[in-house]
Amino acid sequence: MGVAITGMGIISAIGHSVEENKTSLLASKSGIGNLRHILTNHSQAIKVGEVLLSNAELTRQLHLPEIHNYTRTGLLGLVAATAALENSNISDCSTYRTGFISSTTVGGMDMTEQYIKQFATDVTTQKYIATHHAGDSTQKIADTLGINGLVTTISTACSSAANAIMLGERLIKAGKLDRVVVGGTDSLSKFTINGFKTLMIQSDALCAPFDAHRKGLNLGEAAAYLVLESDTVVQKEKKDVLAYLSGYGNANDAFHQTASSDNGEGAFLAMQKALEIANLNPDQIDYINAHGTATPNNDLSESIALKRVFGDQMPDFSSTKSFTGHTLAAAGAIEAVFSILALQEQYLFPNLNFNTPMPETGLKPITSGIKKEIRHVLSNSFGFGGNCSTLIFSKA
Amino acid sequence: MAELRQELKEKIIEQLNLEEFSVADIADDDALFGDGLGLDSIDALELIVMLDKDYGIQLTDPKEGKEIFKSIAVLADYITENRSK
Amino acid sequence: MKKVYLNTAVNISAQDTFDQEGFLNETKELSGKTITANYPNYKHYITPANLRRMAEAVKMGVTAATQALKNMAITQPDAIITGTGMGCIDDTEKFLNAIISNSEQFLTPTSFIQSTHNTVGAQIALNLKCKAYNNTYSQASVSFEWALMDAQVLLQQGEAENVLVGGYEELGKEIVTYRRMMEDADSLGIQVPFGEGATFFIVSSEKTENSIELMDIEVWSKISTTSIQDNIMRFLEKNTLQLSEIDALIVGRNGDVFDHYYNLTADLFENITQLHYKHLSGEFYTASSFGLWTAYEILSRQEIPKALIFKGETKSNKHTILLYNQFKGRDHSFILLKR
Repeated sequence: MGVAITGMGIISAIGHSVEENKTSLLASKSGIGNLRHILTNHSQAIKVGEVLLSNAELTRQLHLPEIHNYTRTGLLGLVAATAALENSNISDCSTYRTGFISSTTVGGMDMTEQYIKQFATDVTTQKYIATHHAGDSTQKIADTLGINGLVTTISTACSSAANAIMLGERLIKAGKLDRVVVGGTDSLSKFTINGFKTLMIQSDALCAPFDAHRKGLNLGEAAAYLVLESDTVVQKEKKDVLAYLSGYGNANDAFHQTASSDNGEGAFLAMQKALEIANLNPDQIDYINAHGTATPNNDLSESIALKRVFGDQMPDFSSTKSFTGHTLAAAGAIEAVFSILALQEQYLFPNLNFNTPMPETGLKPITSGIKKEIRHVLSNSFGFGGNCSTLIFSKA
Repeated sequence: MAELRQELKEKIIEQLNLEEFSVADIADDDALFGDGLGLDSIDALELIVMLDKDYGIQLTDPKEGKEIFKSIAVLADYITENRSK
Repeated sequence: MKKVYLNTAVNISAQDTFDQEGFLNETKELSGKTITANYPNYKHYITPANLRRMAEAVKMGVTAATQALKNMAITQPDAIITGTGMGCIDDTEKFLNAIISNSEQFLTPTSFIQSTHNTVGAQIALNLKCKAYNNTYSQASVSFEWALMDAQVLLQQGEAENVLVGGYEELGKEIVTYRRMMEDADSLGIQVPFGEGATFFIVSSEKTENSIELMDIEVWSKISTTSIQDNIMRFLEKNTLQLSEIDALIVGRNGDVFDHYYNLTADLFENITQLHYKHLSGEFYTASSFGLWTAYEILSRQEIPKALIFKGETKSNKHTILLYNQFKGRDHSFILLKR
């Protein structure tokens, strides 16, 4: 059955809470648009899934002092993590052995890139020297949540949050924790915008996952966290279970630093492992929340891997990156929340902007929302460095 | 034309950090990708930037690079025809 | 629950520690703001095609990892897990500076691709065509310890038999100078140079003649100075160890005010052999992997190089070592090794 999920929190381009994200998904309302917060020469050439709150607004919402050294990655993370604990009705993290496992790729780069050339001369910017590293936002959030023990950050590119979530379950199963907040956060940055531009995989239009004419991804920013709790805690505290994390798998494609292999080997292995842990056959998966970044390479490779796993009995699938953009490290957590919402609502979210199936596979994602009885959802997150991770969520 | 080919060889060695190679090691018709010099898709992206920066040629689809970067000779011909710098 | 062993340890550091018969026989005194590692001849480990793209962290990491696997004649580890605090900072700075100085024009992808934290783990997997579990941790001074703990859980749960675990760090060129600037402005700041290096271990559930048992590892995000002694005591009690059974205490002293934690820890013991290492390795987020390497070597060779001794007499028989590291009062780790 897996470990129970008793709370979740999220902030993304389609909403600043679980409720708002749900409303957008049910209304097929995407959050991808023009870049607002970052000054870049490329703003006309890209579309992004931006959170519509400035750092000042986030600061106010979080009741932080006006002067602080949270990076945007940290601010987004704190919003989502706080919401997750609230959703789980946890007010005191010291009552059980509680951990915090976050993930990020950007870390403090959103501030580093703005101030690095002023560090030597402007004292007011120096507070951002120590915030560059990936663990900074994690530590700040852990401190605010009152979590003092097992706290860490995973950084495996776009599979990071999925890895954070599965680590949480493993630590509970191993008896090292009773409860754990898991997920990830990444903000938009000039660094990543330019980085993906050099790879020529960023689209200047709304991304079209799995479409034959897809031109590339839209970057996004977001944060999301789940609260996982052991059966003992769930029973003792009489918690409402939102869903179960019934399966997980981590494998490496070992093919290329950024491109995925032709036969999607890493993806295939990750999905296989997850099904094995969940003790499920492929035909028991009711919906797949695909990685589906809308790059020519990923969508083809992932499609081949999906066909290898599911054969002719392809479940309904979609990529919700057509709503939020590709939120890098946070993607696995965002899409975990969406997978759980799908189970709660018994509703499959559409793959926006799809028109023509890829000639190589002929696969068609669902293009409008579907109300359907579902029990098991599979979610994929694949990153640079061949890091492939799959999570399976099951109805409570 | 010979000058351009020489120039390209020097640039490729520098841009792609091919410390083990000298200009003499790269023949005009050697395959740059795959079995020849052994360059890969990341190198292709690097060369696309070089085309833009040094010769004013902009490729929008990375797949175009496959034909253009076949060999030094092919690349030199393409640049001669299309350069704006 | 299965026992967990360190079966080999390979280290690249500012000292002559890679591919050496001896163990810190001759050490060089470190001075200055930063210290680079003693780089091995990478050509024996990495092809020119790969070498041309790699910054030091990746070169050191891949080399140390390759040697560790070679030592144990392992071609396919069951998992590859790495830890790094700052990640591939050199390429990060390179790409960032290119953005700034070229006004976002004519940027090339290589340094962006090489800048992700998981580049080392990915490159190792690529070299070996290893499709197994692969993860990278980045939590300041417990980055390496988390990689080790992940391996411990895999092994204890029977999900793996041989795990490649490593910690690595590179200096970079820019952010480190600012960190140094802030440190030097503080009279109670870090006294050793900032350093870099890579250490890789094969962590296994299979006992060999080279095995040193990893008895336990604990990580704490926050411990107050008033609680540290309790934490240490509980850690030892959990492992049914008396204070007197600890033959040596290895701590990450770096000369700053937070060394106080180590003094408080040492106070618990009577006449313990106190060792330190950051005056040899320099300070960096994964320097504790150098510390663990010294512990492995000490227990394997039954010798303690003079250069490691901070205080106290050394015992002739060394069986159990306690390691403790923290950074600025945060991210504390305790490790117990036993021969």
